[in-house]
Amino acid sequence: MSAAADPQGAGLRAWLRSPSPASTWQARAQRAYLGWVAFRANPIAMAGLLIVVALVLAAIFAPLLTGSRGLDPDLPNRLLPPSAEHWLGTDQLGRDIYDRLIWGSRVTLYIVGLVSIIVAPIGLAVGTLAGYAGGWVDTVLMRIVDIFLAFPRLILALAFVAALGPGLENAVLAIALTTWSPYARIARAEVLTIRKADYIVAAEAQGASTWRILRKHVVPLCLASVIVRLTLDMAGIILTAAGLGFLGLGAQPPLPEWGAMISTGRDFLYDQWWVPTAPGAAIFLVSLGFCLLGDGLRDVLDPRSGEA
Amino acid sequence: MTDTNSAAATGKLPAAPRALRATASALVSLALTFIGLTAITFVIGRVMPADPVLAVVGDRASEEAYQRVFLEMGLDRPIWEQYLTYLGQILTGDFGTSIMTTRPVTEDILRFFPATLELATLATLIGCVIGIPLGVWAAVNQGRWIDHCARVLGLAGYSAPVFWLGMLGLLIFYGNLGWVAGPGRIDIYYDGLVEDPTGVILFDAAWHGEWEIFWNAFSHLILPAGVLGLYALAYIARMTRSFMLDQLGQEYVLAARIKGASEFSVIWRHAFRNVLVQLITIIGLTYASLLEGSVLTETVFAWPGIGQYITTSLFNADMNAVLGGTVVVGICFVGINMLSDLLYRFADPRART
Amino acid sequence: MNFLSRLAVTGLAAAILAGPALAPAPAYAAPPADTFVMAKDVSDIITLDPAEVFEFSGGEIIAQIYDRLMWFEPEDMATLVCGVCETYTVSEDGKSITFTMREGMTFESGNPVTAEDVVYSLRRVVKLNKTPSFIITQFGWTPENVDELVRVEDGAAVITITEDFSPALVLNALSAGVASIVDMKTVEEHATDGDMGYAWLKNHSAGSGPFKLQTWKANELVSMTANEDFRSGAPGVKRVIVRHVAEPGAQRLLIEKGDIDVARDLTPDMVAALESNDDVTVQTDAKAAVIYMAFNQSDEILSNPKVAEAIRYLVDYRGMADTFLKGQFKVHQAAWPEGMWAAYNETPYALDIEKAKALLAEAGYPDGFEIHMDTLNQSPYPEIAQALQGTLAQAGIKVEISTAEGKTLWPMYRARKHQLILAQWSPDYTDPHSNLDAFAHNPDNSPEAKLTGVLAWRNAWMDEDMNAMVVAARNETDTAKREALYHDIQAKLMHEGPYAILFQQTEQAVMRAEVEGFVSGPTFDLIYYRTVSK
Repeated sequence: MSAAADPQGAGLRAWLRSPSPASTWQARAQRAYLGWVAFRANPIAMAGLLIVVALVLAAIFAPLLTGSRGLDPDLPNRLLPPSAEHWLGTDQLGRDIYDRLIWGSRVTLYIVGLVSIIVAPIGLAVGTLAGYAGGWVDTVLMRIVDIFLAFPRLILALAFVAALGPGLENAVLAIALTTWSPYARIARAEVLTIRKADYIVAAEAQGASTWRILRKHVVPLCLASVIVRLTLDMAGIILTAAGLGFLGLGAQPPLPEWGAMISTGRDFLYDQWWVPTAPGAAIFLVSLGFCLLGDGLRDVLDPRSGEA
Repeated sequence: MTDTNSAAATGKLPAAPRALRATASALVSLALTFIGLTAITFVIGRVMPADPVLAVVGDRASEEAYQRVFLEMGLDRPIWEQYLTYLGQILTGDFGTSIMTTRPVTEDILRFFPATLELATLATLIGCVIGIPLGVWAAVNQGRWIDHCARVLGLAGYSAPVFWLGMLGLLIFYGNLGWVAGPGRIDIYYDGLVEDPTGVILFDAAWHGEWEIFWNAFSHLILPAGVLGLYALAYIARMTRSFMLDQLGQEYVLAARIKGASEFSVIWRHAFRNVLVQLITIIGLTYASLLEGSVLTETVFAWPGIGQYITTSLFNADMNAVLGGTVVVGICFVGINMLSDLLYRFADPRART
Repeated sequence: MNFLSRLAVTGLAAAILAGPALAPAPAYAAPPADTFVMAKDVSDIITLDPAEVFEFSGGEIIAQIYDRLMWFEPEDMATLVCGVCETYTVSEDGKSITFTMREGMTFESGNPVTAEDVVYSLRRVVKLNKTPSFIITQFGWTPENVDELVRVEDGAAVITITEDFSPALVLNALSAGVASIVDMKTVEEHATDGDMGYAWLKNHSAGSGPFKLQTWKANELVSMTANEDFRSGAPGVKRVIVRHVAEPGAQRLLIEKGDIDVARDLTPDMVAALESNDDVTVQTDAKAAVIYMAFNQSDEILSNPKVAEAIRYLVDYRGMADTFLKGQFKVHQAAWPEGMWAAYNETPYALDIEKAKALLAEAGYPDGFEIHMDTLNQSPYPEIAQALQGTLAQAGIKVEISTAEGKTLWPMYRARKHQLILAQWSPDYTDPHSNLDAFAHNPDNSPEAKLTGVLAWRNAWMDEDMNAMVVAARNETDTAKREALYHDIQAKLMHEGPYAILFQQTEQAVMRAEVEGFVSGPTFDLIYYRTVSK
């Protein structure tokens, strides 16, 4: 979303709408602008964007939004119901849940960010290579992908964390290891559809190296569908991380990871409902935000997928 | 996620050898997946900090007792040798014995898998029965508020952490309202009253005409299946809508409309028939992923299923159980995908040519 | 967020309503009056063979199935009495004990309980040599000499020890799970390859206790039926089902709904909330388990005694015991728990930040240090760890916490790879030697010795004086002198040992109001199902 800012002024708008772009830069900017216009017209997608932006803002401005980092126990004030002083109440060790939720947004962003950074390049690399090279390279790589696809996902993540030891970084790594395989499939499918396209053949005829063709022509085309899929997967990633946290294998105490907060708070559901409910709702809201955003992005970036 | 690979590779062969080759390639793929699955799980099991020997001897064991079991378990040998021995064992149908349950892993799986099967089947049914009409309805009303609601509802089902929904569900429907029964598969004093040739309580109870037990088991099942069904529903509704929109934009739909076919007939007779074919893959995928056993749902509902079995075994470093469970689940996954692939080819005339 | 959570619930309702609407109202029934249903986390059971059981839940189950050589009656759990024996006599030199048998007892197979069975059971433990066998092999018994030292003479079982143990300690150890009496004939019938029935007895029973095992389905349930011929009379219920429910929340719902008769693993806050409920009662029993923090002495910082002393002052004992541990743990700072014979109940330590700071300054760490703490990942350990983290930080000690499953934690602890560790200890039998041998006695501190079952060794701590004191107390035959020796050991250990002992457990069992007679003693296997009626 390079044009995430609302274009200002008539001059800029005219430039963006000009029927005959003067440069490739202008053409790209125009395409992005048109995408943005379409995106903005979709209220559901906008709601998703709003939620995600709110999450990012909460993470950035956490020190300003909260009174404490929500780490230090305050035993006399434990399990207080929501009030003016503690908007979402306090948890079993007397920590302010609102503070922990806001600081926890950093943990959530850290998880989804890191997983995306690991997953997208690996998936793209494997998929494009397999699709472009074909032959035994394709066969071998796709077999590996199949094996990872056949693995029960959470169980594989659990096994990896069990092997690596509990902790946030290891949880991220484990999730990445279980998430990359569908990306390779998508990228490969994309490559197969354009593999014999004229412009690729032309580039080959001009003597361009495989690496250059992959980088310049193939990868950019796959990128859109990968980004869409990634945004839609964010919810899955957040939920898997929460699941690991729930089983006590993710973030270590006292880090306010939302899944771990539900996990330790679940014993209080019956008498102090706010303790597990608040982080549950936060996870729900943020995953929903990413889903809605991903859905909207797909409409804009990936019109071929059919969901117009 | 259909296997585009084999479809592309076999595109130009005559019919009979092609089917043969497809079967062979499917078998090879199954075998390779199986070896990959076991190898990865095996290596993980051996590098894990959790110690399988301590799982047997307990944390206060003396060094002598520890060493004896260490040797008994063959852990002193190189890992590849251990792996090959294990592979040889599985090929004779022996998954070894579980440390945790002291029973053969095969026996355990036969006990835990039906519980998951029951749960996954009902959840998928719920997903289909509600999800498909919802998706069609949304597609027909594309862009209207019905569509938006259906989409958000679908995504919401996907976004909520299942363990959290499960806990809330238990609190409300069991704790407060008393509409359903609590955690577990059946009221405990019914346990063992019906002979269970299949292990699927609903089926066994119905078979013996034990309707009281049937309804008891059903009232235990409906809530966890509903929670998982919501997840299935979300995915199925979403994909149905997408496929349906695709079909509604096709020329034949337009042609049918021009011919004066009723809206109902256009939607359900023409468009939906083609959608159904595509949905087979989606439903298969959903079913397969639910069969993997939702560890989290099973934990919350004290459901003795395969997901919980594998997880607790993992925590207890009970690697025979983890390996056995993973292999069965993995094979199920691949098997269902192949089956839905096959069904797809059979049902879709275009895929056959 | 309230709105959204409600939205989620509404969505859930919409999805599920369709189901029950079609079904007739499910039939609910409380457990039948002759069946006692208990919910408990029993995932730790890995065997029900008394020669091998060393887990809490397994120990509790075999205590219902097997009668033991020595035993405690539920009416008086402080007095050791005969189990399957009628009387016992200790020889002049204190090295031999002769047990004469009760008449007329039978195993569940119908076979009579004889001295042969007693001798077979003890020999079997020694020869199988599983983890808990040390409880009796410490008397000097080995697979080679046990046939000679444990034998039948004139219809009585006679045991001889070669070490200088106090007879009181020996008799006490013979009330542990390893002294369960199995039916020799039945077990041998099921033996394969001379394994003394080891493979079979893991999930079958051959005892003469108040109940017999019906089924054990791991991670699902243990079901037992009454032995109407038990020597002290038939149990109060015909059937007992121990149902595995790992989630305290689920147990809470089940007990409130009356689907179970007793819930064993509710959290303190849940119990507090249920106290106003007339349908249930809360039974509180002191337990012998203690929670302690240990300091690895191979770590440079922690080996400084002043640092250890400072940390002991940096624990908010009261604060924790009065809030999130309330009702289930009380402050206890000695290695042998309160309520037991020879207990030492002084609690000299309390949170004192200034004193701790002064001690740290003396030790050369005026600004504190960074340290790693490992603990279990189930409640209450992570909570205690975080509370400790908070108070230690006030003196500048920055604690990083790692939580893990026991199976991951113990290998590290046994390999001395930890710094601080927060863990639990429960005695194996009701003699103070059980705990103090583990906490204080370390005959060889070298890494090669690998005394991995000994806490002192795990923490690389050895004190020659302490070793001598533990041996002296173990061998002392005069009860009063022995008690004084154990007090000395505990007092010394409290200040000089590599531990901060924090809390002692009290169990809160929540049961339906109509349930009576559930007796739960201090150790994990002194629990009686046979007295229960409803």
